[in-house]
Amino acid sequence: MNTALPPKPQKNPLKIIRNYGFGLGFLALFIWSFATLPIPWGRIFSQRTIDNIDRVIPKLLNPDFTFAEKVLNYMMETLFIAFAGSFMAAILAVPFGFLAAANINRNPFFNTLGKWILNADRTFPEILLALIFVVAIGPGAFAGVLAIAIHSIGMLGKLYSEVIESIDMNVVEAMEANGANKIQIFFYGIMPQVIPEFMSYAIYRFEIDVRASTILGIIGAGGIGTLLVISSRNRNWDEVGMILLVIIIFVSVIDYFSSAVRKRIV
Amino acid sequence: MSKPLNPTHRVPASLVSSKTKLRMNVIMVIVLVLYILSSYMTNASVLRFDQAFFANVWNMVVQLFPPNWAYAGVVWEKLLETLKMAFVATTIAGILCIPFSLLAANNIVQNKFLYNFIKMFLNIMRTIPELILAVVFVGLFGIGVFPGIVALIIFSLGILAKLISETVESIDMNPLEAVRASGGNTLQVIWYAVVPQVLPQFVSFTLYVFEINVRASVVLGFVGAGGIGLILRQQMNFLSYQNVSTIIVITFVIVVIVDYISNKVRRGLV
Repeated sequence: MNTALPPKPQKNPLKIIRNYGFGLGFLALFIWSFATLPIPWGRIFSQRTIDNIDRVIPKLLNPDFTFAEKVLNYMMETLFIAFAGSFMAAILAVPFGFLAAANINRNPFFNTLGKWILNADRTFPEILLALIFVVAIGPGAFAGVLAIAIHSIGMLGKLYSEVIESIDMNVVEAMEANGANKIQIFFYGIMPQVIPEFMSYAIYRFEIDVRASTILGIIGAGGIGTLLVISSRNRNWDEVGMILLVIIIFVSVIDYFSSAVRKRIV
Repeated sequence: MSKPLNPTHRVPASLVSSKTKLRMNVIMVIVLVLYILSSYMTNASVLRFDQAFFANVWNMVVQLFPPNWAYAGVVWEKLLETLKMAFVATTIAGILCIPFSLLAANNIVQNKFLYNFIKMFLNIMRTIPELILAVVFVGLFGIGVFPGIVALIIFSLGILAKLISETVESIDMNPLEAVRASGGNTLQVIWYAVVPQVLPQFVSFTLYVFEINVRASVVLGFVGAGGIGLILRQQMNFLSYQNVSTIIVITFVIVVIVDYISNKVRRGLV
């Protein structure tokens, strides 16, 4: 019996060199980045850090439940910010979605413009927007709502435009052939096809916005982040533990319900 | 033969049943009431969009222009630090996520308890926003880039492990069986049967997380965790808005470029 192993497949030497070059380049980039970052290793691996960890971690894991009521109040404000923001975005994103949908907006210039506006909007972090609004109109939840709303338009508009591009155009054509005007086509031809997906995406965005609005308070735009900054500055780590616990529970519950509802809609 | 249509027979007013209509209306009313409640509670009603509001925003926008390009040198330096933080954090998270993503895939781990435990752990990890993690780590390690990198690693570990474990769950199991049948041990099964199937997705997801981390590390400096956020906050407090707009413009351009390159590469991979 022939027990010899089959010959190993020949590899293209150029490919091997390319792969090794890629790997080495990556490694060099990593080492360079790591080495040039100003990390004070002496301070991090010191007795102080160990003391800090000893002090902070047990307190984080033992949340202060007397603080719960205050945290819940702020968490509710966070949810209100997220809801108001996503609702505004869900409605304001509709015109942008139509602007960026290639099958509805046949003008290539405006279509590309719409896509670019949405792209630019998405890359702009909401916390930067919030910072600008806090300076412009003063601290408070309103700045947070505006930041959430404007940032969410970017993602929702893009998802909406993809939904619109995937609709059945035969319905629209049939209605055009029957002499329907633009408004009738919009309400009877397009909207029924896109509403479930629009709603599903809006709920999904609400999920993301809840998470995003928990941090808005760090720069003074309302919500639970306000409390987090105060507690961590005062080094009340048991309060921070309570805040983290509330955020984890609320976000998990909302994620669960949102995905359950979305599964039913689409 | 079917009965001819009755000429007086009326076309139904709508294709949607009245029950569905009622349900839709109730949902609409609930959503609307919730919105009115939230806009009342957050003091963000439509009435706030008055002349004073637009005047304030316009005032702010006017002060942002023109950007102060003399400040660009400082911005570059800090932005490079931000990019390095994102790169280091993503790489470490990419390596650390391998065991987690294998443990969170139900076709690799047969132990139901372990699988559910890891899944739940990753889910909890993903619920905490990176900026809040950064606040905690700044408390632990003091101000600097280190707490920022740790926060980014933990946050991206949650996302990466989830995405990659889903990829692992969807692989073709036949190569695994073949390697096992020819006497391969667990490590050999993973190296020769799992890795080649998930490698393109792995690289693609890691790039995607790098994009997220670049965006996230821009704001980490707000809480003292290093990067460009630090000078952004500082210049904001000094009210030097022209420097602020320099930072915003340069950051924005870099984020767009990173997104663009990463998107192109990812499209080539998968």
